[in-house]
Formats: sequence, structure tokens, C-alpha cells
Amino acid sequence: MPGKLKAKIVAGRHLPVMDRASDLTDAFVEVKFGNTTFKTDVCPKSLNPQWNSEWFKFEVDDEDLQDEPLQITVLDHDTYSANDAIGKVYIDIDPLLCTEAASIISGWFPIYDTIHGIRGEINVLVKVELFNDLNRFRQSSCGVKFFCTTSIPYSYRAVMVHGFVEELVVNEDPEYQWIDRIRTPRASNEARQRLISLMSGELQRKIGLKVLEMGGNAVVGYLQCFDLEGESGLVVRAIGTACTLEKFSSGSASITCPHPSTAPPSNACNSPKDGKELVFGEELPLSSGPPTPFRALPSSSSSPPPFSPSKPCSRQSSSSDTDLSLTPKTGMGSGGSAGKEAGPLKTLLRQQTQTTLEQREFPFFTLTSFPPGFLVHVGGVVSARSVKLLDRIHNPDEPETRDAWWEEIRQEIKSHAKALGCHAVVGYSENTSICEEVCILSASGTAAILNPRYMREGCLDVGSIDHRFDDPSPPNCGFCHIPYDELNMPFPAQLAYCYQCRRQKVPDVLFTTIDLPAEAAVTGKGCLIQARLCRLKKKAQGEVNATAISNLLPFMEYELHTQLMNKLKLRSMNALFGLHIQISVGENMLLGLASATGVYLTALPAPGGIQIAGKTPGDLNNEQHVAAIQKRINDAIAKNKELYQINPPELTDEGVGSPIPEPRQRSRIFRSHSESSDELSELDLSHGKKDAFVLEIDDTDAVEDIHSLLTDAPPPAGFHSCSTETMPGIYNWTSGIQMFTSVRVLRLNNTNLTNQGLNKIFTDLCENLLKSFYFKLRSTVPCCLCHLNFTVAVPEEELVQVSVTAVAMTFDKDQNQEKPPEKATTKGGSETEDQLQFPLELSADSSSTSPQPSKISVSSLEHCSPLPEGRSRSLCSSRSFGVGSVTMVKMTPLSFLPGTRIIKYLGIINMFFIRETTSLREEGGVSGFLHSFIAEVFAMVRAHVAALGGNAVVSYSMKDCVLMENPNKNQAQCLINVSGDAVICVRETDQEQTTNTGQTCGTIDGAT
Amino acid sequence: MAVELDVFVGNTTIMDEEVYQLWLDGYTVNDAVRARMEGGVLDEFDATADVLLSDTMDQYRTFQMCERLLHSPAKLANQLLFQIPPHRQTMLIERYYAFDDVFVREVLGKKLSKGTKKDLDDISAKTGVTLKSCRRQFDNFKRIFKVVEELKGPLVENIRQHFLLSDKLARDYAAIVFFANNRFETGKKKLQYITFQDFAFCAGQLINNWTVGAVGEGLWLLPLANMDVDLDKEFLQELKELKVLITDKDLLDQHKSLVCTALRGKTKAFNEMEANFKNLSRGLVNIATKLTNTKDVRDFFIDLVEKFIEPCRSDRWTAADVKLYLTHYTNSAHILDTFKHQVVWDRYMGVIKSCIFKMYHD
Repeated sequence: MPGKLKAKIVAGRHLPVMDRASDLTDAFVEVKFGNTTFKTDVCPKSLNPQWNSEWFKFEVDDEDLQDEPLQITVLDHDTYSANDAIGKVYIDIDPLLCTEAASIISGWFPIYDTIHGIRGEINVLVKVELFNDLNRFRQSSCGVKFFCTTSIPYSYRAVMVHGFVEELVVNEDPEYQWIDRIRTPRASNEARQRLISLMSGELQRKIGLKVLEMGGNAVVGYLQCFDLEGESGLVVRAIGTACTLEKFSSGSASITCPHPSTAPPSNACNSPKDGKELVFGEELPLSSGPPTPFRALPSSSSSPPPFSPSKPCSRQSSSSDTDLSLTPKTGMGSGGSAGKEAGPLKTLLRQQTQTTLEQREFPFFTLTSFPPGFLVHVGGVVSARSVKLLDRIHNPDEPETRDAWWEEIRQEIKSHAKALGCHAVVGYSENTSICEEVCILSASGTAAILNPRYMREGCLDVGSIDHRFDDPSPPNCGFCHIPYDELNMPFPAQLAYCYQCRRQKVPDVLFTTIDLPAEAAVTGKGCLIQARLCRLKKKAQGEVNATAISNLLPFMEYELHTQLMNKLKLRSMNALFGLHIQISVGENMLLGLASATGVYLTALPAPGGIQIAGKTPGDLNNEQHVAAIQKRINDAIAKNKELYQINPPELTDEGVGSPIPEPRQRSRIFRSHSESSDELSELDLSHGKKDAFVLEIDDTDAVEDIHSLLTDAPPPAGFHSCSTETMPGIYNWTSGIQMFTSVRVLRLNNTNLTNQGLNKIFTDLCENLLKSFYFKLRSTVPCCLCHLNFTVAVPEEELVQVSVTAVAMTFDKDQNQEKPPEKATTKGGSETEDQLQFPLELSADSSSTSPQPSKISVSSLEHCSPLPEGRSRSLCSSRSFGVGSVTMVKMTPLSFLPGTRIIKYLGIINMFFIRETTSLREEGGVSGFLHSFIAEVFAMVRAHVAALGGNAVVSYSMKDCVLMENPNKNQAQCLINVSGDAVICVRETDQEQTTNTGQTCGTIDGAT
Repeated sequence: MAVELDVFVGNTTIMDEEVYQLWLDGYTVNDAVRARMEGGVLDEFDATADVLLSDTMDQYRTFQMCERLLHSPAKLANQLLFQIPPHRQTMLIERYYAFDDVFVREVLGKKLSKGTKKDLDDISAKTGVTLKSCRRQFDNFKRIFKVVEELKGPLVENIRQHFLLSDKLARDYAAIVFFANNRFETGKKKLQYITFQDFAFCAGQLINNWTVGAVGEGLWLLPLANMDVDLDKEFLQELKELKVLITDKDLLDQHKSLVCTALRGKTKAFNEMEANFKNLSRGLVNIATKLTNTKDVRDFFIDLVEKFIEPCRSDRWTAADVKLYLTHYTNSAHILDTFKHQVVWDRYMGVIKSCIFKMYHD
């Protein structure tokens, strides 16, 4: 379906002085799309030129529309010499290709130059006319909606979740082409920016095609990454979850609104699991160790577990679920430990599985929160890493090697999920760390059992399903129940009856990569838990280096896990959500950082304390020492209980909640290697208190562990922090938000550092960053730092870089502990009917239409927001202020803005910028350089959102921030990649007024 | 181990008013950190000096990047780089253009030229205002001067609109511009006791009554550039006519007797008033008649002090005495039947009266 792209250049402002003699500029504009270029007239001698050009029309294929950005170049006309470029604007026109997104792009864009940064602004109008085309062999995928948000977007309903989509494209990196030796840095940067823009356009188009093939119309949880592989090329890859989404119509909305009952009880073959296993079950393709062992299950285990018959509907789901979770095991069991050999496995799967989910190659979901009832059980975290040596990508059109690498990793993840008795992986993500020619590929997710109703064709009638699955068990603990068989646990764990329903078994600890389900019951508040680790390694090349790294990886994972576990226990919590483990490779060290939100899940048993065991019990001195440490730890636990308000209701041991009478198995060696449970029980270290977590201080490592355990300072009064979308235990958010990005780089001058010394430095770095945030945001208390996303890198041999993006959200201090009931429904994606009172057209036009609260709302806003920012957020108020005409655009890494309702998604924002300087000192050193670059990136994101007619970005993330510096040469270069969803949101209280204001404002905008 | 890079950037630009003030006052980062520590930030909030340093550096960088925009405040409102809520923008601008009275007192009436700029270190040493802050304040004066110099229309309004300042601050700047343009002498020892606010008040009086823009709206159409900045030449010419009040012996005596009649018994200083009448009247009228000379315009304030304020003060007149005297002095002229220049007289004396009231203190 070809289309017509139209662009009009209106005016410029604040242009830089290009002619020193006159202190003015003779500016004109080149508008380029594909190979066609138009030019405006020269507007002589003005820093605020008015071009008011005609509409430039490009007739193009929609394939090009998807791939290519509109490229606008502002130049200074020079009669005698070459015209000087002032800067460029790349406009992604993808949002215009989707009928439900934006219909026009109109607004002021910063003119950006990779050497000078932002140099003035330009006002541009862009429209697209698409012609219908029913060609079934088309290469384009216009109309497929993309969302970065990792949940079902607000105001949409998931009719069906099709599953995993992935794609990657590769190319040569222009920076490493021969021509780069003779061209200017600017030309090289621009070539790179343009190439990446093209590649991500292409990638999105290809993913869109896959979605269409699957019968979907949208990609949710779209995650795109760049791998700068240096000499060997440039890889752009993306994953996402294909869905069929439906805008709420009055009929469906009313059906979904009533609390949809959760999950079929799903018989569940219960077996113990603990999440942690999985973390260690990872397998390095370069190492030859056996994968996580699983035993072949006796066929009898496929019969319903003893307690399931009591449930009326267990049979229904057992046909799918039980088979699902068991057959693969049988298959793999017969295959011994060759679980990652994809071939036989796949064939087996095809033969033995029936559901659509199973037919999928990878039953992965990038979503982290789900419609109510979607998630049935959660197994635990599964992750896999692999170390690869990069070589040149010879043929960009066949990126098979990279594809094969990822394929391998995904297979492994899948087999881990099977081992946990799960048929799906949710909260799935992939990332890489590259140093020279070594690349660590990582993938992780949460093994889970999903409700198949979202996956099957013909099951779309949500209403009727709700009636069928009236679940007797309380809906808020189902996901905690173990999905595996308790008699044949794939690893040792302690099980107990669920503390809520008392019917099903739950593990003692649960680790996940997803957000806390809205329906989950939590005791007290949560908190950020981080594990940090540095490991030195010898410098090496090639294969030797790769082997050294892959040998280190399991130990790092193990230690990170131990740290997490200890810190969790120290806070008296029993579950981790939003767990993200990153391992970054440098020339002489590996950095590991795990962040998660710890909570006390009411359904899980209370965590025992931490017990310190001395190595030599006889030694009196030692015993005193041990006692002292024990006391400190006990004190810390007691303090934390108070701090996080963890006062679980006391349960009597006689109750159903008592631990299952079976040998308790506590092992520090998670890589279990035998079939016999007797052997496992030998490793039982739990003595004394029934489920205390034992730490032996028999070596320096443990001492260090304990030390780091106790050095983590809790957030100061009034602050909370978490790595998930919201803080469990806080529900009454007010509208104040402040999103920020912070980057810190440490230079390690000390050449003979030990692992311990390095750990200390790294831990302090992270802790100090947090302290800095608390200090800077001290005026916003009470507030919570949400979605604290730490990224570590080793940009050079002695440098450690930590980048953080998060949002500070204010909340009402005098909150009632109960969460408001309507919150759950909103979070789950269901919407109330007044949603529908907004005619589409009200937001369909122009830059600033709908989100304008009326005067009344401004005052109400002031009333409730302690943040200064909140006060002036409305367009009306900023308009009334003098010449100010800049739309306030809020940004948040979360999928929602508190106190507002998203009424429209305008399209995905996916931007890549390069900034370079040859006058580093003059720009204030690296800090000054990066500070202004980050501010510029924010500004460009805001400008694009405002031009689409939006007033906020949700699910914002900075996926890359690659900084290279050479202070001796006075040079630095930085690459930043950001993404998010542009949206229009309105204050929840303004719903009724919006219709009116929207229309009036529309006419005003038309007039201006 | 050293921090190589440390930045924190908020989507909404985070600015601490306290740090902003330290920056404006020309503190170095280290001094600012010290000042903040002494201010007790660390006590309120459990943080280390490192945290404070990092925060101060971030803020200083932000302010430095904003400074360019603050030079033309209208840009601040429609630039895209920093997202700053409007009321914060107002604060930033207002504070950036705020000045120290002690500093402005030193440069008031001086030519805003490079030469003066070179003297800033002396002024800095004398006033205790840091050199950096002196430079900012001086550059602000110069910038506003340059912009409004070329604009038509009312001075205060121009300043307010172009620099988005509050009414009070715009009026102060109007005074500074007015003083700089007319180069009024303010630095003499005798004038040291007069504060900037006194002068600003006087400037307001002069702008409102003695400039072209002050006369009426019809004149707005005239293609005159500096209606509010330059004194009304025509008016200055007309002032020469007032000379008759002191040259005509009869008129002078008549005036004196009218004033004395009115004053008798109303003040303790009556005798001194009567004795000094001719001197004082001559002083005031002479000031009026000489204002056509640029040089004498410059000495306007010093003349007021020497010719009127000092004699009165040496006779220990109270402020009330001065007020009483000037009121009757002005009004009595209306009764003089041969004196035909009532309008000019009122226009002149109105300003003189209020200026002297303002300036008559210790």
C-alpha cells in the first residue's frame, strides 16, 4: 500500500549565528525522504526565519515509510563556499501509519548537531496519506501497533496473546568502514545515526510482519537493543509479545469490568521450587556441564495430584496444563541431560502437545504484568548466559550466526522452564555485554503457567469464560502455588501449605522477573534489594578469554544469588519481584549487579532468621565473635521488620500452614547432581531454628558477605525504593513525579586491587548513588523511587560506569493500608465505561488538544500535589504564562502516570543519538558533556511527543549510554538510545470536562 | 579511585533555590559546599559531604547551561532544553536579575562601558560582593540598557516585557538605565548617604514627569527612540523662564512674603526659613535654568544637596519643616499675578519636592 508523505517547513527560532560578520544566519532547509530531496527558499539574515514552505510531497512505498525516517537538515546558505550544516532533525513517521495513533506531527523540534548539540528549533508539519492495498505478499506491516509498555496498554483489552516475536538485523558499523578514515566525525556520526534509524525501522517492519502472520495486531513489551560489536558490525535486535488488542467498546468493557475471576485452579502438579535454582541452572554453551538435572517423571505423576479432585474445574485445565508440564520432562528425561539439543526436543514437543502455546517455538512473553487471571502459577526465575567470540558479519542479509546464538539461549531458557513444570516464560528479556571480541549473551525470565484462554482461538468470549471458571480459591495467592510436582522436585526446597488458602503448596521463597501481580496480598512494604559483585580476571585474548569468562560466570551467579537471599532474609521478606541480573564484562574484570524488589508475600511462609555458624565451635574467642555477629544480624532483622511494617498474622503450627512433613532440604549447592533425595538430605544444613538460613563464617568470603549484608543503609525517613513499577504496600500515589537519569563513572587507580577491595568500591558506588538520589529528591518526601533500573558497564580497563533511570513518585502519607479496590481493576487493564465517552476525534488532531485540564482542575491539582512540577503541568497554565508555549511533557519509566488516565497511545518513541566533542574541557569536562547530552536527549524526546500531540511518555527507558572519552585529546563521544510510548493522558478528575476543553482547544490550535 | 564523571539530570530540571543563590553570589563549588554544610543541610538530612559536592556540581552545571537563556528571558519560556515549570522560571529570572544595593550604588550613573567593567575588582573589594557576582550584575545592567535603548514606548513596561521581571525590579532597572543614560553623578562624598532606593524613587519621578513619554499619549506616535530615557528637551528650555522668580526683585519679595505669611507660627524653624528664603529659592531656580546643559543635568542631585538640603540641614530643619516649606513655596507661586509659567513650575517643583523629601534624611 503506497502512500503519500507530506511535509511543510514553517519556521525556525533561536538559530545559531552562522555568519560572524553580520551576527546572523541565512538559513534554508532540505527535506529528504529516501532518495528524494526538497529545499526551501533561503530566509536571509534571520535567526528566527519564517519559511512557510509549500507542502513537500513524497510518493513512496509503505515499506519505505516504515523503514526510513524523514530527514530535515537546516543549513546556512553561503554564496561563495559550501553551505554549512546547522543541524538535523530525524522524524520517525511510524506513528502516522497507524490509524489509532497520531494523525499529524506538528511542532517545534530541536535542531540537533552531533558536534554542537541542540542549535535552535524548527517548526514542522508532517502528514501521511495511505492508500489501501490488499496485497497479501506485501513486505510492510503498517498498522501494527507497538508498545514498549510491558503490560496490556490502558484502554485496550487483550483479545488474544499470541506470544513471542523476535528479529534481528545486522550491518557494518559505519564507524569502522574504511571511508571513516577520510570523512569528518560529523559525517560519520550522521551516517551511524541514520543507519541505526533505518535498521530499527526495518526491524520494526519485520516484526510487524511476523505479528500479522500470527494474526495479531500489536506488539506489547517491545524491547529493542543495539549491540555495537565494533569491527564485527552492528546488530539491532528486538523482542516483543504479539497480541490482538481491542479498544474498549461499551460491550466488552462492561463485561471485563467486574472483577474477573482469576485463573482456573489448575490442578497443578505440585512440586517444590524456589526460583533460585533456576538462576543457577544456567548453562554455558561453552562449558560442557550438564544442564539442570531433571528426573524422568513416572507416568503416574500425570494423574491428578491428590488434592485436586476437590476442585470442580480441575479437569478442564488438567488436560492442557498437566500434559504440558509433564510431557516435556518425560521427553527430556529420556534424552538424558541433552536438554538443550533442540532437534529431538522440538519433535517430541510437536508430537506430544496439543495447545497452541506448546506449538510455539518459544512460549515466551515480554510482559511483566498481566490481565487478572492470565498468570496461573509462577515457578521461579530462569536464566541462561552464553559467552561468544565475535567475528565479522560477512553477509548482512543473513544474520544467521547471531540468530543461532539467541536460538540456543532461548532453547535453554525453555528447557529450564520445563524443569520447573512450567510451559511458559514471562517477564522475559535479553541483553548483551560486549568487550572487545567477547560477548556475553544473557536471557532471563520467570517460568510460569498461564491461563490458556488467552492463547486459544475461539476462546475470546471473556464473559462466558468468567462464568465457567468460578474459582473457589482466593484469587490472590494462586500464582504463588508451585507448578511442579512436590514428590519429584527438580531441586530441593521447603514447601508449606499456602498461608492464604491453606490448600495448595507454596515454596518458602519466590524469585521472579515480573511485577507484583495486582491481586497479590502483601504484608507490610517492599524495598529495593541489590546484590553487587566484582570479579577480577586476567587479561586474555580470544578463546582463552572466553573460557575464562564462562568459567567465572556460574560463580558470579551463585554469589549474587546468595547475596540476594541473605539480604532478603535480613529484611524478613520472602519474595523478589522485578529481578534483573546484569553481568558486564571488561578487560580485566566482571561486574555483576542484581536488583529486585523484596516483599513479604502473605501466602508464603515467614522467612526464618539468619543463623551464623562458626567454623570451629570449640574456640571461645571465635564463639564470642560469632555471637556478636549473630546479635547484630538479629537486631537488623528486628529493625527491618519494623521499618517495612512486616507483621504477618501469627499462625499456629497446628494449622494447615505448617510445613509439610518431609525432610527439609537446605542446600548451598544448588546444582544438584543426583537422583536420590537421600543424598540431598545429607546436605541439610538447617539446624537449630526450623528454617533459619545458615551462614558459615568459615572463610573470608562469608565474612565479606556478612559485612556487605550489614552495610546496606535503609532509605532515609520518608523514602522508599523499588525496582518494580510500584512499591508493594503503597497505593495512594499523588500526581507528583520526577523522572531522572544519573550516570556515574569511577576510575580505579589502584592497580593491585583484590576482589574484596573491588567489591567494596562497587558496593559503595551503588550505595552512594542511592544516597545522592535521596538527597536530591529530599524536597519531594514522602516519595518512592520506582523502577530503579541500574545498568553497569566497564567502558575501559579501569573505569566502572553505573547508569540509573528511575522515577520519584509522591504519595499521600496518611494512607490507609488497604488498597483501593478499583486500583486492581485499572491495573489489570480493564477500564470503566466513562472511558468510552471520549470521542476519538477529540484527541485525534493537533499538538496539544485534549490533555488540557480546565482552570478548575489546575487548582485541584495544586491542592493535591506537593511537587512543584505538578502544579504547572497543565497546558493552560503554561500557556497563560507570557510567551511560554512549550507543552510540559512528563516522562516515566512506568506504564502509567499516577492520578491520570491514558486516553490514547500515539506510537512508540525509539531514538538513537550520538554526540561528540573535540572541546571537552570547554564543555565542562566529561560531566558537563554528558549532562548537556542527557538534557538534550530528554528535550528531543519531549519535543517529538509534543509534536505527536502527546503530553507524556510512559515506559521510558534509556537502553544504552555508551561513553568513550579521551581527555588527553580533549575528546569524548557518547551514544544514547532511548525508547518509550508517547501518550495523551488526562487527570482522572477531569474526565467530564475534557470533552469540552478538548474541542475548544482544538479550534484554538487551528487558529494559531 | 576517583569519580571520573557524575551527573544527575531530571526530566523536570531540578534546582535548589539555596544553591542558586550561592551560585549567583559567585561562590565557587567548594565554597558553596562549605556554606551549605554550615547552613545545616546535612543535619536535616543524613548525608555526607560527597553527596553535597555531587549535588552542588550538578546544580552549578545546570545553572551554567541556563545562564545563556537567562540573558534573554523570553527564550527561557519557549526553549526546549530544560523543562522548567513557569513559576520556577519566574524565580530563576527574578533572582538572576536581582542585584545588591551596595553594588549598584557604586556604578549608578556611570557609563556602562568596558572601562567601568575594569574597575569591578575595586568595587568588589570595596563592597564585599564577589567579583563574579559583580560581573553578572554589571552585565545585566548593560544588557538591559542595550535592549531598551533601541525600543520605543514606556521604559518600565519595556523592561518588564523583555526581561519578564516583576514590576518592582523593572522599576529599579528603569532607574539604573535612566541614571546610566543621563550619567547622573552619584559617587560624590556628599551623596554617599543617599541609598539606591532613594535614587530609584527620584528616577521614577523624573521618568514619569520630565521625559517626553511622560507628557501624553499623543506623543507615542512620534518616532522618538528614547522617550523615557531622555529628558524632555522642550521642557528643559521652558525651565529657563522660571528665572524671573529670582531675577525680578519684586516677584522674589512678593513670593517670600507670601510664603512667610503662610509659614508663620507653624514651625520652630521659621526664622531660619525667612532668613534663607532668597538663598534657597535662588538655588532651586538656578538648578532649573541650568538643566539644558548636559553637565548640569549630571550634577542635578549634587546641586540639590548643596543648594538646598545642606543649608536646611545645617539649620536643623526637620523633614516636616522641609515638607511644609516646599509645599508653601510651590503653592505661593500660583498667587503671584505676574508669574505666567504655572504649568512648567508645577511640573518642575512636583519632582523637586518629592526628590527632596526622599533625599532629606541622615
